[in-house]
Amino acid sequence: MDKFGYTISKERQIDYDSNNRGVASYIFEKEPSFRLCIECGGCSATCTTASFTDFSLRELNILIKRGENDQVRQNLKKCMLCGKCTLVCPRGVNTRNIVVLAIKAFQKSDNYEI
Amino acid sequence: MSKHVVVIGGGVAGLEVAGQLSRAGIEVSLIEKESKTGGHLNNWHRLFPDRRNSIEVKEYLDGMTHNQRIILLTNTTIERFNRNKGHFSITTNEGRELTADAVIVATGFDLFKSARKEEYGYGIYDNVITSADLEEMFRTGKITLANGSVPDTIGIVHCVGSRDEKVGNFYCSKLCCVTAVKQAVELREYLPESKVFCFYMDMRMGGAFYEELYREAQEKWGVSFIRGKVSEASETIENKLLIKVEDTLAGRPLKMKLDMLVLMAGMEMSEGGEKIAGLGGLNTGENRFFAAADNHFGSNKSNIEGVFFAGTCTAPMNITETISHARAAVVEVIDYLKDGK
Amino acid sequence: MKFDPFIIPFNIGLYFILIYVVTRSVIWFRDLSKPDKLRLQRGFFGIAFGLSLKEIFMESLIHRKILKTNFRLGYMHMSLAFGWFLLILFGTIEADIFSAKHLNAPYKAIFFRFFNPNHGRTSFESAYGFLMDLILAFILSGLFLAVAKRIYSKIVGMKKTTRLKIIDKIALTSLWLIFPSRLLAESFTCGAYGTGSFLTGSLGAWLATFLPAQQMAYPFWWLYSISLGTFFILLPITRYMHIPTELFLIFMRNSGIKTGDQAGTYSEVQTYSCSSCGICLDSCQLNFSAGITNIQSAYLMKAIRNNNDVSEIAHNCLMCGRCDQKCPVGIELSQIRMIQRRGDETENDFRNIYKGYFRSRQTNISEKTNGSSNYNFLQETDHGKADILYFAGCMSHLTPAIKNSMIKILDASEVKYNFIDEQGGVCCGRPLMLAGQDKEARELINFNSQMIWKSGAHTLVTSCPICYKVFKESYYLDVEVLHHTQFIKRLIDDGSVKMNFLHKKVVYHSPCDLGRGSGVYDEPKEVLGYVSRLERSNFEDGNSLCCGGSLANMKISSTDKKKIALDAANELTKNNPDILATACPLCKKTFSSVTATRVADISEIVAEALVGKSIKINNGSHINSIKALANI
Repeated sequence: MDKFGYTISKERQIDYDSNNRGVASYIFEKEPSFRLCIECGGCSATCTTASFTDFSLRELNILIKRGENDQVRQNLKKCMLCGKCTLVCPRGVNTRNIVVLAIKAFQKSDNYEI
Repeated sequence: MSKHVVVIGGGVAGLEVAGQLSRAGIEVSLIEKESKTGGHLNNWHRLFPDRRNSIEVKEYLDGMTHNQRIILLTNTTIERFNRNKGHFSITTNEGRELTADAVIVATGFDLFKSARKEEYGYGIYDNVITSADLEEMFRTGKITLANGSVPDTIGIVHCVGSRDEKVGNFYCSKLCCVTAVKQAVELREYLPESKVFCFYMDMRMGGAFYEELYREAQEKWGVSFIRGKVSEASETIENKLLIKVEDTLAGRPLKMKLDMLVLMAGMEMSEGGEKIAGLGGLNTGENRFFAAADNHFGSNKSNIEGVFFAGTCTAPMNITETISHARAAVVEVIDYLKDGK
Repeated sequence: MKFDPFIIPFNIGLYFILIYVVTRSVIWFRDLSKPDKLRLQRGFFGIAFGLSLKEIFMESLIHRKILKTNFRLGYMHMSLAFGWFLLILFGTIEADIFSAKHLNAPYKAIFFRFFNPNHGRTSFESAYGFLMDLILAFILSGLFLAVAKRIYSKIVGMKKTTRLKIIDKIALTSLWLIFPSRLLAESFTCGAYGTGSFLTGSLGAWLATFLPAQQMAYPFWWLYSISLGTFFILLPITRYMHIPTELFLIFMRNSGIKTGDQAGTYSEVQTYSCSSCGICLDSCQLNFSAGITNIQSAYLMKAIRNNNDVSEIAHNCLMCGRCDQKCPVGIELSQIRMIQRRGDETENDFRNIYKGYFRSRQTNISEKTNGSSNYNFLQETDHGKADILYFAGCMSHLTPAIKNSMIKILDASEVKYNFIDEQGGVCCGRPLMLAGQDKEARELINFNSQMIWKSGAHTLVTSCPICYKVFKESYYLDVEVLHHTQFIKRLIDDGSVKMNFLHKKVVYHSPCDLGRGSGVYDEPKEVLGYVSRLERSNFEDGNSLCCGGSLANMKISSTDKKKIALDAANELTKNNPDILATACPLCKKTFSSVTATRVADISEIVAEALVGKSIKINNGSHINSIKALANI
């Protein structure tokens, strides 16, 4: 039987229910300031790495929170930890620690620890 | 016997309070640290959202206080502030002693000192100015760069000194967004050839007719709005300002060369207010503004009986709200004095 | 009397600890690298040995450095260490002189009075007895302070005293019992026989008036022996291991062995040499400004010894180096912390008693990446040739007043320079290093090195002390690296720039990485003294405070950072200076957010004072010199 109506493409949608947000929970627990981000993009604007690549700390923040982990992984290690983002952030988010924790969290999630 | 009330601060709130009290037959002394009354109103050109001339509001306030028995003390600051047996004794910088039955604090706000956000280069780069500087340009009718030429591309940065943990101000100053939109419209009006960009974190157009002005700015004046916090500005060889911002809705960093950068300075507790708070033992909140006795039904009352607040010394407010708040303070004071204390 | 069963606990303890120390020394020696083994051998037959003996006497026994910092605390340590040493020394001599034969077993000296109860009747014997009592009294006075310190740490002038684990508590109790039980055992024996000097004699005679001294003495001799035995057996798994270990530390240090960047014998010896004296706690700003009280160096050393997971502790530190300056044992605390940062989380297996005695050292630095480059996106850039390179550093881009002032100064001096990170550069690598990611840092170092090398410059000037430290220490460059304060000092010295005197009161804050980190204390102050009225603060040079903004602490919250910044700024601005001067963009940014006093970098003050050719900032005039260079 033919299906009627519309279906939304799986790739476009954030599947909030099935996405694994273990990485986000891990970071929330270790660095509560992760919750404070308002996506202003100050970090990405000042970012040393962002002037060379598509690394965006702001994007990384929101995607991890939504459990869109695959999009984030490959970019994480491009961060130089220079700390300009921490100095710019209007919310006092401890941005560098989030990068370090995210790397650690992905390692742990590979080992099924989280 | 007639009661005597001292009003500290001769800005919008102080003038309104003084006028209303005087009309109610109460003796009023108005203390103003500057040489003339009016406060920040003297520095604004046109007011949001309807862009009426600020002089009209000044005229109203002058009318309120005109012909009233108000003792006006300009160039005056307070050095001592004591309360004993329900009366207040106040000593001014000129050694004058005032005795009052009640005191209204209307010390207003200070504009955030934009040089504190060094990354924006105020005081370092010639063509980085504040919203107050731009008002001054509007008043003189000369909107030019430091070298006298006319700016072509102009950027407006929202939230300078507001919503910023780095300068210790968590709160929203509430009026910078609408000021930015108003000034963007005016810039386009004065300089029809110019391009104006607003860089915002969130557009907070909460007041009456603010959103309409926002719409007008887009529709009629072609102002561009880019969502992202400007992280820093630098100067290029050709004397332009290079700003770094992320266009967060596009998800990409954005670089732009501007002729002029306007910083929307936020509102902070005034230095004068802080001094009074220290002298009088008045409570202040985490945002450093005066803390009202109750946020819902006692926003004019302080922690000290007989001391009342009026206007922006308690929180950022626009002129409409300030005048309403000042009138509410008058009601509180009259009520307080009636009880025969 | 030749033997009594009560000496058994002491003998077990003594031989256990002797065997343990020998075994441990062998393991430590075995784990040393070849060159370090050679250094140690050379040291043994060279001057290092003599130096070490002297240092051991001055520091391990007398505790000179602690005495200097805190007299009462020093006295406490000295009376216990030096007193005990004297007691053993003179006890052995006593046993040697007065016993029937020479070269007695150690217990004969320790329990001398038990085996020679009648001793002390002749005048020489009683004079010697007086000496022994005096030493015991000396130790007991220190012990009194130690007990008091546990109960109320302010008595010895300390704000904080270190916290203990259970085994430490048992060891501490046995240590505390040693000397009182000896006092009572000797006193009862003396009381029974009518011997003894001013302490044991008088106390014994008095006790004998209402107690059966003869019967009471024996249990106290047992207690004395058991306390000693327990203390010796627990010693290796408690902080008291520092007593034997410090001797090794001093000798190794004098032999020229260095900490290095990986865990090894020397870092382990240092870790065990920490006596938990607690001086580092009082010097730590995280402690006294932010109330973070569990991460200080003494706790880190303890956590390493206990095989605890130290990654949280290791990263929660500003790396300001204040504790390094204050440590009386001279442990390179920050370097050991860096070793821990480089390692991974370790398993927590402190319940394994064997591991307590022979802990497994963290050896691996696991491969954090799969060998591929993290930063292969970096593109080579060509900046052309120049004599002098100016590298502002990442942070200086957020403090444009600093880079503009430097441009003004460089232009005024008419040197040929190139501003290499004018459009933003690549990070110097130190932040990654501080996070323990050396391998990643090395990639950035290599990238920057190439760029610097290609320019053919002979001098590299930077505005950021963080960059300065890494350029100096970890870049292998054939250029002279200068912080801008050093560069400005030179310009003044050779008359390249002329300056007015600014009649302003200035106090100088020495940035951690520039001062304690790189030893640049004088040039900044000389420059400031040249252009302004430089005043002293209570926190000068090695004792200077950290602004709290340090990149080294990845864990601290922004609120706690602010507390540290506020306290430091308040201290520095106590005498209401016109300007709080610093020489670091990060310090400047951190301080400006908490003080109303004007905060300025030295370069800004110098730029203000420049005489003559009023070069306007930012008109791009420096480009001329770059263009001039391109024509060469």
